[in-house]
Amino acid sequence: MAKQITVSGLDAYYGSHKAIEDVSMTIEPASITAFIGPSGCGKSTFLRTLNRMHEVIPGARVQGKVMLDGQDLYAGDIEPVSVRRMIGMVFQRPNPFPTMSIYENVAAGLRLNGRQAKSKTDDVVERSLRGANLWNEVKDRLNKPGAGLSGGQQQRLCIARAIAVQPDVLLMDEPCSALDPISTLAIEDLMVELKSEFTIVIVTHNMQQAARVSDRTAFFNLAGQGQPGKVIEMDETSRIFTNPSEKATEDYITGRFG
Amino acid sequence: MAAIAVFLVVEAVPALRVNKGDFFSEVIWDPNGTQTFGIAALAFGTVISSLLALVMALPVAVGVALFISHYAPRRLAGLLGYVIDLLAAVPSVVYGLWGVVFLVPFITGPWKFLNEYLGWIPLFAGDSVAGRSVLTASVILAVMILPIIAAISREVFLQVPRSHEEAALALGATRWEMIRMAVLPFGRPGVISAAMLGLGRAMGETIAVALVLPATFGISFQILTAQGNSIAANIANGFGEATPIGRGALIASGLVLFAITLVVNIAARLVIARRKEFSGAAA
Ligand SMILES: Nc1ncnc2c1ncn2[C@@H]1O[C@H](COP(=O)(O)OP(=O)(O)O)[C@@H](O)[C@H]1O
Ligand SMILES: [Mg+2]
Repeated sequence: MAKQITVSGLDAYYGSHKAIEDVSMTIEPASITAFIGPSGCGKSTFLRTLNRMHEVIPGARVQGKVMLDGQDLYAGDIEPVSVRRMIGMVFQRPNPFPTMSIYENVAAGLRLNGRQAKSKTDDVVERSLRGANLWNEVKDRLNKPGAGLSGGQQQRLCIARAIAVQPDVLLMDEPCSALDPISTLAIEDLMVELKSEFTIVIVTHNMQQAARVSDRTAFFNLAGQGQPGKVIEMDETSRIFTNPSEKATEDYITGRFG
Repeated sequence: MAAIAVFLVVEAVPALRVNKGDFFSEVIWDPNGTQTFGIAALAFGTVISSLLALVMALPVAVGVALFISHYAPRRLAGLLGYVIDLLAAVPSVVYGLWGVVFLVPFITGPWKFLNEYLGWIPLFAGDSVAGRSVLTASVILAVMILPIIAAISREVFLQVPRSHEEAALALGATRWEMIRMAVLPFGRPGVISAAMLGLGRAMGETIAVALVLPATFGISFQILTAQGNSIAANIANGFGEATPIGRGALIASGLVLFAITLVVNIAARLVIARRKEFSGAAA
């Protein structure tokens, strides 16, 4: 079930280096939110703070608050593992498990929640692959390695793997940057289909992509070399791309820098 | 390679010609005296002592490797990795001497205990429980091959792409679940290769085994009793005072050891190849 994320006053560090500073925003449920901004301004870092993946990097830490429908994700009694089960993630490079078949890849997350009946797993695998618009292409070779698929198919397999565990939110970090234009369109269509069920957050370098798929857009930037990244402006996507309130946003989307 | 093999075969043939026993089934090894000798007991001793060593060493080695690669804080990991590499380079005679001097006297007690309480298991049965037994030799071999298996496994586990580990973590896997999901399957071929290298070392080990085992000839599963031998140990024990026929016989036994090693390696390769398309090599 899609849920809302509310972030307030969030800083994220790598050791002593502050990568993002004082980020506050609301990510609406059942919609697509896009993060844009120049390289290195902390979009990935921020995305990874939302499902507590940031802290798996040695020395990385977070200050501030992230709420998922009123539940504090950084509260002392919350396990990062359970946060990640509620908030799934798709990475920049497709990363299916090479040692697993297509079927096993999709079922991988289910296994973590304990054994279930084969027929039930079969159902979830089919539903997830259908949900990721991949079922028709792979239904005859579910037992073949996931790594044998094309890049675009692998990425949709990763999406199927992420949605199989029924998360509330789906985070995607430049999910199309390693894909060809046709696969990119397939994934964009998929995101639009999925947003009724999941809250989707996508980092993208591709401004057209943000404009095409997202409902709201946040523009990230950094004040200068070595400075932490910040959210400059967040608004309806249509407004960000036609009539932004900040000069920096306008410069970025019109291609004057970045 | 081929030239060496031909030379060895030529050396071995005359001895095999005069052999009064059947080389493959005969248990007795007396090429110098009665000219009756067979590989059966020696080959059996080689295989059982090495297999037991592998069974003991492999889980510990994999555990140590995982601890170093995925659990220990970085400085401790560096230190332990260094120690393991160092241990892997210690000559086997050192392990043999350690076995004879410390392990044999100390281990008789535990073996008696095993024999008394688990004697109903055929492996632990027998009357003459002793420190100089097959299991002791296996323990020494296990200690000897543990560092090499651990060192290679650690290397392999460190090669697991970060993106696979993150894929598992992002699904909500705990560290151990991540290891089972991403690290162990990815490392499997490498660990198998490491295990085979260890097994090969154990089977070829001469000194450590020769120092410990009483060099009897017989086939027995009673691994706690004072008996046992191996091909390599038998060569080390007998080569010096062997007659020409005796030398030929020992060379023949060496060829058998070579054949066993070859079979084991081919089997390992087959096991790895069977899952090749799932190895990640294509990705
Ligand atoms: N694993 C890491 N260790 C240390 N610093 C990092 C790491 N990942 C990113 N950074 C730093 O954090 C800042 C933000 O990076 P990132 O979040 O990847 O930006 P973006 O995704 O917007 O390109 C950069 O200065 C980058 O160098
Ligand atoms: Mg990034």
